[in-house]
Amino acid sequence: MSASFSRSFTIEGRDFLNAGRASTQIKTILKELSVDPAIIRRVAIASYEAEMNVVMYATRAKLKFTMSASAINLEIDDEGPGIPDITLAMQEGYSTATSQMRELGFGAGMGLPNMKKNSDEFVIESAVSKGTRLTMTIYIN
Amino acid sequence: MLREIREILSADMCTGEEHLDMRIQFGSASDLMSDVLAFSRSGALLLTGLMNVQTIQTAFIADISAVVFVRGKRPTDEICALAKEKRIPLLSTPYSMYEACGRLYSKGLLSTMKPVCEGTVQEEE
Ligand SMILES: Nc1ncnc2c1ncn2[C@@H]1O[C@H](COP(=O)(O)OP(=O)(O)OP(=O)(O)O)[C@@H](O)[C@H]1O
Ligand SMILES: [Mg+2]
Repeated sequence: MSASFSRSFTIEGRDFLNAGRASTQIKTILKELSVDPAIIRRVAIASYEAEMNVVMYATRAKLKFTMSASAINLEIDDEGPGIPDITLAMQEGYSTATSQMRELGFGAGMGLPNMKKNSDEFVIESAVSKGTRLTMTIYIN
Repeated sequence: MLREIREILSADMCTGEEHLDMRIQFGSASDLMSDVLAFSRSGALLLTGLMNVQTIQTAFIADISAVVFVRGKRPTDEICALAKEKRIPLLSTPYSMYEACGRLYSKGLLSTMKPVCEGTVQEEE
């Protein structure tokens, strides 16, 4: 395969109608490239959890998907309120989701721990009133 | 097979008749998409009372093989179209979540999870 393959997506906050589009496209690309289905599932879940968080909590974000021969990288950089206490946000069950989000089936406080579980490298950085940046890497071999 | 699941649940097929010969070994039930993303496994059946576009998106992302809506809920045309596009069969059963799960479990459809001990959850091997 060529050195690396990259795609960028824009995710709009509050846009519940299109929520999941970027991750769906990433999943479709990986299927076409015949990547191991177990790897595809981990990438898709990590990407979708991050995408849903942007839709639920942030204003907008850029999602950059990069694939090399050895790894898949997801970088989600959002403009938004940021996360004041990352340790707390990383705990299973911690959520500030509204009742509207819960009605859609989200807001169990499982997203960030699940992203970490599905990635081999997980980095979260956040600045209050500015935004949050997630970097996740999943090894291919 | 999906065909047997349809019979056991007296379910109507909303979309995906062409997948009736699909083999399904595991089942999961939840109205929480967060849980589906965290605890389901590839190829599992999903029983849910949650009827919206996100249910289908989540099922696709988590490699759910087919979705059963409980208590006679019928998916809208928009939801059916999305499921068709993603090749996920949709069924609608008149039974409650409790009864639908009980029927499938007693007929041998396995769970996707081991019992939870002291707050930890383990996936079946
Ligand atoms: N991009 C973000 N910007 C601002 N706050 C965020 C962002 N992502 C997460 N948070 C905060 O961290 C909390 C925990 O996030 P996490 O994804 O683990 O759970 P959740 O989104 O509340 O529920 P679930 O992911 O299970 O649907 C959120 O409720 C929110 O307060
Ligand atoms: Mg989340």
